[in-house]
Amino acid sequence: MYTEQVMDHFMNPRNVGEIENASGVGTVGNAKCGDIMKIYIKVENDVIVDVKFKTFGCGAAIATSSRATEMVMGKTIDEALKVTNKMVADSLGGLPAVKMHCSVLAEEALHAAIQDYKDKLERGESPEAEIEEVKYV
Amino acid sequence: MDRIYMDNAATTRVTEPVFEAMRPYFGEIYGNPMSVHSFGREARKGVEEARRQVAAALNAEPSEIYFTGCGTESDNWAIRGAAYANLRKGKHLITTQIEHHAVLHTCEQLEREGFNVTYLPVDEFGVVRMDALKAAIRPDTTLISVMAANNEIGTIQPIEEIAKLAKERGILFHTDAVQAIGSLPFDVKAMGIDLLSLSGHKFHAPKGVGALYIRNGVRLQRLIQGGAQERTQRAGTENVASIVGLGKAIELAAGNINRHNAQLAAVRDRLIDRILAEIPYTRLNGHRTQRLPGNCNISFRFIEGESLLLALDLKGIAGSSGSACTSGSLDPSHVLLAIGLPHEIAHGSLRLSLSEENTIEQADRVVDALKEIVARLRSMSPLYDDFLREGENEGQN
Repeated sequence: MYTEQVMDHFMNPRNVGEIENASGVGTVGNAKCGDIMKIYIKVENDVIVDVKFKTFGCGAAIATSSRATEMVMGKTIDEALKVTNKMVADSLGGLPAVKMHCSVLAEEALHAAIQDYKDKLERGESPEAEIEEVKYV
Repeated sequence: MDRIYMDNAATTRVTEPVFEAMRPYFGEIYGNPMSVHSFGREARKGVEEARRQVAAALNAEPSEIYFTGCGTESDNWAIRGAAYANLRKGKHLITTQIEHHAVLHTCEQLEREGFNVTYLPVDEFGVVRMDALKAAIRPDTTLISVMAANNEIGTIQPIEEIAKLAKERGILFHTDAVQAIGSLPFDVKAMGIDLLSLSGHKFHAPKGVGALYIRNGVRLQRLIQGGAQERTQRAGTENVASIVGLGKAIELAAGNINRHNAQLAAVRDRLIDRILAEIPYTRLNGHRTQRLPGNCNISFRFIEGESLLLALDLKGIAGSSGSACTSGSLDPSHVLLAIGLPHEIAHGSLRLSLSEENTIEQADRVVDALKEIVARLRSMSPLYDDFLREGENEGQN
């Protein structure tokens, strides 16, 4: 039911982890529904220089989080905001219809992280971040 | 690498003796059992032998056994048929919150047609509450339907006690025994069961054939209209080969319950004991002892069931989950919610269900795989991070 690309991102997810003192953090979904995505971004000069995620959810939720982080790495904030859930799903060779909401969550988590970054800037907080690699077995 | 199949509550393999019993009915014995000629009579003989085998396994009379297309049809027929055959007495039915959807959705449809249904709660182990049952009985109650054993968590229900109560109150008793055949002994006469549903593919017969036991004297409205098959009660040309397979399979299963249960329980207990001991933040769903010998249902906190199934599948291990993602709905299993699990823990459930083909070595391989997969998925889970952080904070207080 899943494409090879989805299974690849599920088994070998890119950018898993957290960023300590991230420029922005976005969390969407809830445990009741079985999906939570948390995306961390580190921004320097308006460019996303690092991005990490943690996801509780099904195979599609993990794969779309992984792919979304890959797609915005190195992009400016404006470019990153143009990444849609459909682009994420398409780049994975498509998702089963019942799993499209997972790609929506990935887009929402990313937008939430960017919004958090913008809010911090407005409040004059330092967007400086320290990166902590989290290894998974 | 050999694959490991631990999804026998979903369906089982047709075993060689069953397949061999069926084989002639695909070739040389092809008549329609309703035909008067020798071709028909040969096919009829196979169907009637199977009816005798099913009756013997349940201690019923052959005239009380009706073949159907599946367990779901048997459940639909028993409940709908009893509801409509007893309209003069009343329109109230009693069942439980943890029945299979074949029962629950039939009851919900009957509610839309003007019937009243009470869905009994269960305790934390999934056992139906007798006090709630007694309190639910009304003068217009016509049927009590309680499954013999639950398909998800394997909890065995006190159906003998329930059947006795039903009889005392003059109410029909139906049990969905689809998961129980081959593991629990049935004596419908001694147990006082009026209606019993079973399904061939759960005990090594093929898919697409079931049976309903209808005690002599119990009247049901027909579900399927048409020809005069099954003593005019269930129309449609008999699925002869599959019926023959079901007969052979239930004969083998009923004669082997003790050995079957001992073997399955040993593998089940290996799974349960090792998982609970070696993987933290897990819980056994269902009853520790009042459970089917082949059922292991565990919740793994902080992870979601479908991702667990996918990762197991990549290692050649087949199980199932009560997570919403595997059911096609937004809510996790109604059974896990009924025993009081919060949604997020219900989402992280895994059911491993056994047959005699599973071994202790396989159980060990599954647990080893689970340890690795659960650790990996937890390392990616924000819920696990939150839990660890809260744990640290608690430590400081």
